[in-house]
Amino acid sequence: MLLKIRHETRYTYDRPVDYALEKLRLRPLSSAVQTVSSWALEVEGGKIECGYSDHYGNHVDLISTDIGGTDLVVRVEGQVETSDTSGVFGSVYGRAPLWHFQQVTPLTTVGAAVEPFVSIVQGADTVLNGLHALSSAVIKAVPYAFGKTDATTTAEQALAVAAGVCQDHANIFIAAARAAGVPARYVSGYLLMDDRVDQDASHAWAEAHVDGLGWVGFDVSNAVAPDERYVRLAIGRDAADAAPISGMRLGPSDEAMVVTVQVQQ
Amino acid sequence: MIGKPSPFDEMQGPDGPRYPYATYGDWFAKQNNERLAKKTSEAEAFFRSTGITFNVYGQTDAEERLIPFDLVPRILSSREWTKLAKGIDQRVRAINAFLHDIYNRQEIIRAGIVPMELIAKNDAFLPQMIDFSPPGGVYTHIVGTDIVRTGEDDFFVLEDNARTPSGVSYMLENRETMLKMFPELFSKVKVQPVSDYPKELRRSLEGSAPKSCGGRPCVAVLTPGIHNSAYYEHSFLADQMGVELVEGHDLRVVGGHIAMRTTKGYKVIDVLYRRVDDEFLDPLTFNPNSLLGVPGIMDVYRAGNIAIANAPGTGVADDKAIYSYMPQIVEFYTGDRAILKNVETHRCSEPQSLQYVLDNLADLVVKEVHGSGGYGMLVGPAASKQELADFADKLRARPGNYIAQPTLSLSTVPIFTESGLAPRHVDLRPFALVSPTGVNIIPGGLTRVALTEGSLVVNSSQGGGTKDTWVLGD
Repeated sequence: MLLKIRHETRYTYDRPVDYALEKLRLRPLSSAVQTVSSWALEVEGGKIECGYSDHYGNHVDLISTDIGGTDLVVRVEGQVETSDTSGVFGSVYGRAPLWHFQQVTPLTTVGAAVEPFVSIVQGADTVLNGLHALSSAVIKAVPYAFGKTDATTTAEQALAVAAGVCQDHANIFIAAARAAGVPARYVSGYLLMDDRVDQDASHAWAEAHVDGLGWVGFDVSNAVAPDERYVRLAIGRDAADAAPISGMRLGPSDEAMVVTVQVQQ
Repeated sequence: MIGKPSPFDEMQGPDGPRYPYATYGDWFAKQNNERLAKKTSEAEAFFRSTGITFNVYGQTDAEERLIPFDLVPRILSSREWTKLAKGIDQRVRAINAFLHDIYNRQEIIRAGIVPMELIAKNDAFLPQMIDFSPPGGVYTHIVGTDIVRTGEDDFFVLEDNARTPSGVSYMLENRETMLKMFPELFSKVKVQPVSDYPKELRRSLEGSAPKSCGGRPCVAVLTPGIHNSAYYEHSFLADQMGVELVEGHDLRVVGGHIAMRTTKGYKVIDVLYRRVDDEFLDPLTFNPNSLLGVPGIMDVYRAGNIAIANAPGTGVADDKAIYSYMPQIVEFYTGDRAILKNVETHRCSEPQSLQYVLDNLADLVVKEVHGSGGYGMLVGPAASKQELADFADKLRARPGNYIAQPTLSLSTVPIFTESGLAPRHVDLRPFALVSPTGVNIIPGGLTRVALTEGSLVVNSSQGGGTKDTWVLGD
């Protein structure tokens, strides 16, 4: 399936910014499940300082804002040819060892709230069945709701709020899978929704490593396995590692952010 | 003192001064004590005037203290040094190969030599260094290997100090002080110079610049600031190398490089000798609350546009659990047996070893795996029953946090006291510079001395002093 994507993030600062840096993980890579046929990154109000391949193999661009600027726009646009592998990404490995994806991160720390979800995986007859059961249990406990959580919300906190977005679902799934001994990771990317072109935001889902299959995807929010409607952007241990944009700003200004994402055939 | 042989004294042999000390011994015999006592206070005044002081962590009353200097040099023959230098060279190469392997293919884990848990559970392991080679392949541009001696030919490595070894300013200042106070001695004894260290350091750092750098590389020293205990050394080294001393807020990302603010605008830095710990190095990548670091430097680093000395994540090679595997690590990467011996080390993470350590606690030295500076360690023979019992509880609670070693009978070198020479235990920290073209070990180092009679703890933070270290020419 050929997917056309346009993703724009616009920051508006309430006073001129002297210095801000953003890490962009906004360049999808071609793999067994997708081929990037065209892709362009544009920055307004800032510039690309350097780019490199990070420790997960993600392509990262570091950008800086123009001195004294009040707006920053980051826009990517391109086309990606995808295929349906029933959620299986497979036995494809970077240099980051599997044990790295079993390590706890601040966003995926297991406490009393995540604990029962660990048992779901441990109690299942097979790992794969356990992970499917986990996925269903997470969306049941944390129904999709926009605006109740933010980028810093941990798995434990999202369960306490009992509402969240794809990022929260993935973080909870990952936390529980790891605690049950299954390597798991976070995938950021795009999803073509059947009923509309304009999306609320970019998407995220989880992958778990199952012996014999390799990495297997779980889109907890939509209770499906990622298929040809999905485009992968970046991977990491949690949302902090794989976020499409993360940055820091010096000075007292506040920012407002508007994101528009369009995915269409 | 039945059954306890006296320690090896490096100056006094059974029949008078040992060979390296022959000329010095003759000279010393002709000195009068009053003059030497006066020299000692002169030396102290000199150190105060240069401002060479350090802070002792955990002591609020003493902001800055002088590390006591003893005027009797520690002397090594050229033959002794050659062996040491060969051993350090081998070890440093192995450490660099180990670091590259750990952050790339992890062959040594696949080969079953170093257990995966030791890396996976190591806080000093930085995922951000995975799948990356630093400029020139160098991780540890500066290494300060701690060495102890127990006999004529018995040298042991105690620690590898591959992160940010400090103390080199003492090596240089101690020598300068000795040259000032006893110029006549240096015409009698042929001592290899150490004063080229800053020049060699700069050359070594320049040699490690990214390939893309055109012209003479720009080197700078990054310090956390004046409140750091080693600030004096940071400013001293920058000054001696003739490079800028900078703080995080002086730097920013400009044109894909790290650049420093100057009166003529921003100037690109090619090699940053940083004395800021990993965690605080880059708030964009590591601790977001750090005010000491340089946002974006890890991105610039991975893009290949700057060299960072020492590389982030080198700490994974120098904790005390990894130390216990160093003989195998050296053999794995160099194909040769380790020239320098390790001290026998019991890993308390292993149940059998833990039991042994608990049973023999009064005879052992127990250290925290990630500790340094002599903090949080137990010296069994010097501990009270209560201290032993308390430490045993700590061991049982977190065995993986500790290793134990036998109490070595460290060699002694005399110090000058009002009543004449008195033997005190010493260690040695030579400094090795690593660049893509090789390893350069400065003939000398920092000799630390325990000033209290019988004490084995030489750390400056625990009341140790220093000596000038002489390596004789042929």
